[in-house]
Amino acid sequence: MTVGLEHYLILSAVLFSIGLYGALAKRNAIVIMMCIEIMLNAVNIAMVALSRYITPALLTGQVFAIFIMVVAAAEAAVGLAIIISIYRNRETIETTDIDLMKG
Amino acid sequence: MGVDIAFWVLAVVGVAAALTVVLLRNVFRTALALILCLVTVAGIYITLSADFLAGVQILVYVGGISILVILAIMLTREVQRGSLSNKFRIPAFLVAVIFLGVMIYTMVSNPWQISAAPPLEPTTSALAGMLLGEGGFILAVEVAAALLLAAILGAIVLVREK
Repeated sequence: MTVGLEHYLILSAVLFSIGLYGALAKRNAIVIMMCIEIMLNAVNIAMVALSRYITPALLTGQVFAIFIMVVAAAEAAVGLAIIISIYRNRETIETTDIDLMKG
Repeated sequence: MGVDIAFWVLAVVGVAAALTVVLLRNVFRTALALILCLVTVAGIYITLSADFLAGVQILVYVGGISILVILAIMLTREVQRGSLSNKFRIPAFLVAVIFLGVMIYTMVSNPWQISAAPPLEPTTSALAGMLLGEGGFILAVEVAAALLLAAILGAIVLVREK
C-alpha cells in the first residue's frame, strides 16, 4: 500500500490527540508545555502534507508551518520563563497547586 | 517504496515517542522522548520533500526548544515528584479519543483533490521567494521579527533576579 495524503493526516491526528490528552490530563506545567509542542508539530505535519499533495507548486502550507514554528519558539521561551518565575515564588509547578485565583 | 518504508518507521517511532511523553513518570526521560518525537517529525518533513523545513525543525525544535525544556526541568527540581495525572484523566482520554475519531472520519471521507504534479525540490529558494518576494508574506515576516523580539524581552524580564 503506497503512502498517501490520508496516512500523513491520520498520523497528524494521532499525534494531536496524544498531545491533547497530555495537555488536559497532566499536572506538571513543563509536561503540559511539551504536549502543546507535540500538538503544534502535528498541525505542521498536516499543513506540509496538504501543501505537498494538493498544491505541490505553491508551498503556502510550508510558509504557514514556518510561521507556526516562529510562534512556537516565542511561546516556549515566554512559557518556560513564566514557569520558572512561578517556581521562584511558589516552590511548585504543579498546576493543581497554583490556585491563587481560584474562588 | 523506500519513502513508504521510511514513513512507516518514522510514524511508528514518532507515535511511540509521543506516547512515552504522555505516559512516563520521569520528567527528564519525558523530555528525551519529546526530542525523539521532534526528530521523527523532521524525518516526516523529508519524506514530504520539505527539506528546508526539516532543517529548520532540527535547528529550532531539537536545537533550541528542547534545550529550553531541559533547562526548565533542571531549574525547577520537579524530577523527583514526576509527571502525575490530575483528576481529569479519564474525561481527557475520552475527549482525545472522540476528537481522534471525528478527525479520522473527516479526513478519510473527504474527497481530496490530489495533484499529480511532482513536488518542488529543492524548496529553499522557492520559500525565500514566497517569504520575501513580490506579493509574498513580507508583512508577516516583519511581524514575526517583532514577535520574537517581544518574546525574548518578555522572557528576560520574567526570569530576571530582582
